[in-house]
Amino acid sequence: MSLMKLTATTAAAALMATAATARDNVQVAGSSTVLPYASIVAEVFGENFDFPTPVIESGGSSAGLKRFCEGVGENTIDIANASRAIKSSEVEACAAAGVTDIIEVRIGYDGIVFASDINGNAFEFTPEDWYKALANEHFIDGELVPNTFTNWNEVNPAFPDQPIQAFIPGTKHGTREVFEEKVILAGCEEGGFFQAMLDAGVDEDTAEGKCMAIRTDGRSVDIDGDYTETLARIQADTNGIGVFGLAFYENNTDKLQVATMADVVPTTETIAAGDYPVSRPLYFYIKAAHIGVVPGVKEFAEFFVSDDIAGPDGPLAEYGLVSDPALIEVQETVADEVTMGSGS
Amino acid sequence: MTTSLLTTDARTKKRNAAEKRFKAYGLGAICIAMVSLVFLLGSVLSSGLGAFQQTYIALDVQLPEARLDKSGTRDLEVMSKVTTIGYAPILRDALVAQVAALGLTTDLSDKDVGKMISKEAAATVRNRVLANPELVGTTVRFDLLASGRIDGYFKGRVTAESAALDQNTSPEALVLAQELKDAGVIETKFNWNFFVLPDASDQRPEAAGLGVAILGSLYMMAVVLCLALPIGVASSIYLEEFAPRNRWTDLIEVNISNLAAVPSIVFGILGLAIFINFMELNQSSPLVGGLVLTLMTLPTIIISTRAALKSVPPSIRDAALGVGASKMQSVFHHVLPLAAPGILTGTIIGLAQALGETAPLLLIGMVAFVREYPAAYTSESGLFGEAATALPVQVYNWTQRSDPAFFERAFAAVITLLVFLLIMNAVAIYLRRKFERRW
Repeated sequence: MSLMKLTATTAAAALMATAATARDNVQVAGSSTVLPYASIVAEVFGENFDFPTPVIESGGSSAGLKRFCEGVGENTIDIANASRAIKSSEVEACAAAGVTDIIEVRIGYDGIVFASDINGNAFEFTPEDWYKALANEHFIDGELVPNTFTNWNEVNPAFPDQPIQAFIPGTKHGTREVFEEKVILAGCEEGGFFQAMLDAGVDEDTAEGKCMAIRTDGRSVDIDGDYTETLARIQADTNGIGVFGLAFYENNTDKLQVATMADVVPTTETIAAGDYPVSRPLYFYIKAAHIGVVPGVKEFAEFFVSDDIAGPDGPLAEYGLVSDPALIEVQETVADEVTMGSGS
Repeated sequence: MTTSLLTTDARTKKRNAAEKRFKAYGLGAICIAMVSLVFLLGSVLSSGLGAFQQTYIALDVQLPEARLDKSGTRDLEVMSKVTTIGYAPILRDALVAQVAALGLTTDLSDKDVGKMISKEAAATVRNRVLANPELVGTTVRFDLLASGRIDGYFKGRVTAESAALDQNTSPEALVLAQELKDAGVIETKFNWNFFVLPDASDQRPEAAGLGVAILGSLYMMAVVLCLALPIGVASSIYLEEFAPRNRWTDLIEVNISNLAAVPSIVFGILGLAIFINFMELNQSSPLVGGLVLTLMTLPTIIISTRAALKSVPPSIRDAALGVGASKMQSVFHHVLPLAAPGILTGTIIGLAQALGETAPLLLIGMVAFVREYPAAYTSESGLFGEAATALPVQVYNWTQRSDPAFFERAFAAVITLLVFLLIMNAVAIYLRRKFERRW
């Protein structure tokens, strides 16, 4: 019985001892797209500075920003990674919880590429092809008719006779939004379908919604997991074409072949030059109130955007990040701790 | 009409046939289970065993003073200004020199030769130099990690064909690697570091290990054991031996059985709300993980402890009470020792279940990239308060990485986890066999 008493008291003591805790490491959470970059920086940061290596969690941009906006204090995260800009509703939620000073840091650009099995057919896409292949309904002769295309050669006679099978990111991914806006909607507009709908008297919001509605008959499959799942699906079904991040493709060039978009091959150079149309900025957000409270927050952020790391020859670019041409401005933002809505 | 007992009639034949069929079904079921088990183990082992070997490059590295300590004062403050980015070219030069010294020729540029060394190697050398500043200016022999692609080549994961399509390596690099291996510079050996090193980023899969995950799992199991065992045993003894039989105890019983079947992620939600948001314990800490897993394991322990207590025959209690023992003495002196093997088995099975759990840890921030070894106690973060991951979480993390080398490591982590579970279950069986009493 003395043993039981002992364990009970130690357990109680353990809880007491941790009631008031402090933390000496930076905590980051958010986008799974930014995660590999953040972990590369965290690793080098921990190696070269006297601060402990930051802890990086993934879970998605929205989840990360939600936790970021939970409040100020040691049991909340310091930095949120996001593959999209923070929404005004999220800024409001932050403010309501006392997180008023947020520093927005753009780390670079991420390309979104279309890739298929290395041994399959090669494709040269335009956004219009994707709209035609994946739209739920087509606007033909003044009315919406269900999409009946089953093979790529029906979409565009130049394509091989291959069944349409697309693996696109699920709606919880930030990538999905970019895919819908920069590929499907762009294709809808380029092909004149959007204008045709407007001419037929459809209001703009409805037309946009109709353009971006993806077919649900199994030709397009939402992938809620990571790119590794998309890759596995393509390896199982070699007719499949998947949506990937550029970095993921560059690490798996022995299994995947990339399709061109509007005749441009996606590389860090073509994306940086703005030639490749499907890309998006990546961000992280710093809680200014934690600078000086949690050791290393500002140093980590400055190191993240330094030329050695985020520059065109740094490890992030090597992994697949498209370096931000305006990196100097970003560095100044971090150095001067310029918060959102102040000044700029 | 009577028939001989020696000839079987139609009805007996039918019954015998039914029995035979049933046996065949049973055998079939076992076969299906065995085949799937063999298939599962086979795929796990074939995918994961490679990670237990690791390729190293033995290299004599010149540590030039001009680059590592320009001041020449051996002042650590100044020397630590040279980052790992500054160390990488030194290693590249060393490998290029080594290739030239062996008389090997290659079409690779110096930069591509340098890529054969892991990015982790620069940190290895820098740490060693900062620990012994007098090494600067001398030539030191290092065993450095080879890059993931070179390592993959010696394990059969990377071939000349795949390398031709791969942007991160080339067939020429593999040829050079093979020549270096023949010359004894490159060596593949057992990967002890896999169990020691922390996680590594996407660019250096070859350096990723389970160190932090094993520590984190260990701390959590300590918390679970210290909390779940006393609480679980005390509540079962009360419910089984002392509690009056009424509606309230029935209600509690039903709820405990129900809790055992609640999806584990629910405990994660609870943990986030109570332990992190309300009690303000540290996120990602093994303490919170352990508390959440304790809640999850308690029903299992209570149910198995009650079953163990029930299996002690009433005659033992009656005899104890008959010679004048109090109720409490009869329980603690007689019933509990006899039930102990069953309680231990239940606890170990509960712990094993907790060890393999991922879902609740997702919500309390333990699914993370953590490289610092968590200390068991620090004055700032308290007991088990430093960020850590756990074994199943590490598997989940690695399967999401883009570099194929992490896939191998994820399966190696699965093997490690399976070995831990096997040991725990073997101990449970051993204890049960050794101490079990039958009446």
